[in-house]
Amino acid sequence: MEYLIHIAIFSAIFGILAISLDLIVGYTGMLSVAHAAFYGIGAYATTLLLKMLGLNFFFALPLAVVITMLVALLIGVVLSKFKTDYYALASLGFGVIVYVVFQNWLQVTRGPFGIPGIPRPDMFGFTFVENVAFLLLALVVLACVYALARFMVRSSFGRILTAIREDETAISVFGYRTTSYKLIIFTIAAGMAAIAGGLYASYITFIAPSAFSVNESIFILAIVILGGAGSLRGPLMGAVVLVLLPELLRFVGLPSDIAAQMRQLLYGVILVLLMLYRPQGLVGTYKL
Amino acid sequence: MTNALETKQLVKKFGGVVAIDRFSVQIRKGEITGIIGPNGSGKTTFINVLTGISAMDGGRVVIGDQQEKGGIKAWEVFELGIARTFQNIRLFEQMSVQDNVLIAMTKRSPLAALFERHRDIHETLVKEVLTRVGLYDKRRALAKELSYGQRKLLEIARALATSADMILFDEPFAGLFPEMVRVVSDILKELRAGEKTVVLIEHDMAIIRELCDRIIVMDAGQLLAEGMPKQVLTNPAVIEAYLGV
Repeated sequence: MEYLIHIAIFSAIFGILAISLDLIVGYTGMLSVAHAAFYGIGAYATTLLLKMLGLNFFFALPLAVVITMLVALLIGVVLSKFKTDYYALASLGFGVIVYVVFQNWLQVTRGPFGIPGIPRPDMFGFTFVENVAFLLLALVVLACVYALARFMVRSSFGRILTAIREDETAISVFGYRTTSYKLIIFTIAAGMAAIAGGLYASYITFIAPSAFSVNESIFILAIVILGGAGSLRGPLMGAVVLVLLPELLRFVGLPSDIAAQMRQLLYGVILVLLMLYRPQGLVGTYKL
Repeated sequence: MTNALETKQLVKKFGGVVAIDRFSVQIRKGEITGIIGPNGSGKTTFINVLTGISAMDGGRVVIGDQQEKGGIKAWEVFELGIARTFQNIRLFEQMSVQDNVLIAMTKRSPLAALFERHRDIHETLVKEVLTRVGLYDKRRALAKELSYGQRKLLEIARALATSADMILFDEPFAGLFPEMVRVVSDILKELRAGEKTVVLIEHDMAIIRELCDRIIVMDAGQLLAEGMPKQVLTNPAVIEAYLGV
């Protein structure tokens, strides 16, 4: 049971990451491979605010979100100069830069040693020590993120994002400053990723740079594409499937070192098959 | 009659090629002005410069009673009261017909757009515009699912939905069935009757003769002739350059 709860918590965290990345990739058409950077900044910022300033998690997390959004705004300004493949490459560059900072800014992040002993969230004297309680918290946060994303994509704002994805030049002639729209959604999505980062840090109680590498960005992107970019149910479903799938490998009885590699292989095979036979993902309608 | 738009010595270059060469014209308010000229004479480039898709390299543009401008950004075009269609249809392909039209009507500021729900406000105008081009029944279909002619009509509907004072049509009749040609030419006439300004790039001389109040002839990026259709189409220089006889 404890094991299932653990998987559910991870699905919720990756659900938040995938929904937020989908706002950038699926709705606005910007192929970002930098999402784990904001996930990481959120995790480190929450951790440092918890451990160094001794803030309560529920104050630390919003602050970490604001910090992450500021960084995202700066990165977004630079990224807004790029389109299509160049955008993907430039975002990859930022993903690498942020990862290298996590690895090497030893005074703050302790580099590869990571930061242990991160406290669990605490609310009015109740600490989310039990995983069931933490799962409830994660689900509530996921529901809030989902509701916010749904509110945005169903408004005129959401329609404009989709039109930017379809033809940015054509929509700009209709009086929309597309750069502002792209910056706003990029920053909001980064803030959502920071929420996932804060939850992750507080759940695992230990963070290290490897959890926020470019590989992780690609994993989140795979979730979005597998589930169905440009829909909100898609990334949610993708998160559950891709978090659950490697766990099934455990029951096949493979030695653990082979199982880990099999996991990567499986992701690769699934993505190739999907691109071949169902490029719009499991429940999506939009083809990248 | 007042001008809806005036260009002064407009220049556009692509590398070493001068696509628009010291081009000075006036487009009169409430008229249909045809732009004709051989392929590659700079007609579409002219519209692209006016709508900020290509940056101008020299000259000035005066729109309505606004100040002279030495450059136009694409997002300013709507505020200047201009809408356009594209020669190579540019719809939002993976969006519904209705959403394609709604884009022309919704709030431009991100914050206002965030709190706007279309159902309450735009339903009537969407219906009116889509009915006008015969696509209301298709409003839930994706733009990419429409036929070529329907796609052209949707582009026109999208431009109409802006309620702009001036609409630039880039070959709206190309490839249309006769009954669709009738729909589009009626729309242009209605726009003129409603005192809107229409600029029409077109190759079909019968359509030009029927619809246009004035014609501008371009050749190699320059102004070759302008005036009433009767005068211009009998001008020997125009006949030689454009009709090749």
